[in-house]
Amino acid sequence: MKQKEVPQDNISTYANNKKAMYATDSSGHYNVVASSGWEIEEEATMQAVHELERLANEAHEEVTKGNKSPLYFHMYNCRMDLHVLAESTGLFKWRIKRHFEPSVFMKLTPALLKRYENALGLTSAELSKLPQAWPEDE
Amino acid sequence: MNRHKTFNHKHFAHCESGVMSLLMSHHGLPLSEAMVFGLSGALLFAYIPFLKMGGMPLVSYRTRPKGIIKGLQKNLGIKMKMHTFSNPQKGMETLDRLLEQGKFIGAQSSVFWLPYFPPEMRFHFNAHNLIIYGKKEDQYLISDPVFETSQSCPAKDLQKARFVKGMMAPKGLLYYPSHIPEQIDYKSIIPTVIRKNAKAMLKTPVPIAGIRGIRALGKSIARLEKKDPRWAKLFLGHIVRMQEEIGTGGAGFRFIYASFLQEAGSLLNNKELQNCSEMMTAVGDQWREFALLIVTAIRRKKGAGIDFKAIQEKLNSVADAESEVYKELLRIQLS
Repeated sequence: MKQKEVPQDNISTYANNKKAMYATDSSGHYNVVASSGWEIEEEATMQAVHELERLANEAHEEVTKGNKSPLYFHMYNCRMDLHVLAESTGLFKWRIKRHFEPSVFMKLTPALLKRYENALGLTSAELSKLPQAWPEDE
Repeated sequence: MNRHKTFNHKHFAHCESGVMSLLMSHHGLPLSEAMVFGLSGALLFAYIPFLKMGGMPLVSYRTRPKGIIKGLQKNLGIKMKMHTFSNPQKGMETLDRLLEQGKFIGAQSSVFWLPYFPPEMRFHFNAHNLIIYGKKEDQYLISDPVFETSQSCPAKDLQKARFVKGMMAPKGLLYYPSHIPEQIDYKSIIPTVIRKNAKAMLKTPVPIAGIRGIRALGKSIARLEKKDPRWAKLFLGHIVRMQEEIGTGGAGFRFIYASFLQEAGSLLNNKELQNCSEMMTAVGDQWREFALLIVTAIRRKKGAGIDFKAIQEKLNSVADAESEVYKELLRIQLS
């Protein structure tokens, strides 16, 4: 890649940050050039972000309907899935799945709730319900 | 707190090679990021369909996390002191103690829990690397190689980021050099690491690494035709993310490696290495064409089919071009 080809698309996912790219100058010598991003990378990143948002939205609906416990929503809202949540809490997947049941979730011990709070970075009040504003305005 | 040596932040393409470059330079061994990357033999391609990250198969353009630190130790004779902790409290105390000794410390952390990352970039990736160079009240002073300027991070957030559990869990890893050789014989080391890396890419025994890995990914792409279209698009986007967003410096580290070949060429006064560097640059450009092809394909609205075969063909031609570079590197007289 030549220096003048280094993308400067000012992409949203960098949030005004710049990334160092390796590119050659007119004499073919490599230098580090700060890039404000390539829209192709932005699209790929945003695709992943949108997929995470879609999952969180669907989960929000399930919890609102009373089919799932708030934990189910918070997992997706924290950009996790069952696999990552299981790893971060050290709990078995089948146990976590049980805790997605609203009736089971209601009866969880404080110690177990604490594990979820730590993994998801939430207070116990936040974990036990849905956020008031949704979708979140950023 | 003791008075520190001045710490100069620098902007790098990649976290682990950037941290090592800056740590080495601050300890009297100036090494560019490209040299760190190349000398540790970090260039790779791996496609591991059964290892999932965020529901997506692992696609990597470099060796595994910590590979650069380990490779550099092995190839240059550097010794690193490394600490991991089972108790976060102890991990934070050790950090403070090392800072008081005036050390600059490499650390592994999660990306998701670092508040200075833009929200769109915060994913659950646990093998990020940064340098902690001081503490002001409750804030740690952080030199994050992938940021233009130095950052700061509240203690409780840094603790969370250092002690997340799960895949590639950092376990609070801290590291700093304990021994740096006075003389490094680049004339014999460079040819060895270049040849070793080229062989690893060409003659891998497993069909999921090196050039064979690239072709295996191509086959998987061709098979997407029969898969759920939404998953197919996500998978294709995932490949581009691993290449451009995670595989930094552009084109999944191919440009960094080209820069290394160039620097090595001038150190060894070898014109042919310069030529290989140009070949590798051209390969990097092709990788970017591949990313462009994918994103324009998945951008289309529903109804328009994706030509998976065309994407596979493009990838195979990248594999062809890349294998030529390694063959050339093995052919030329390096020492």
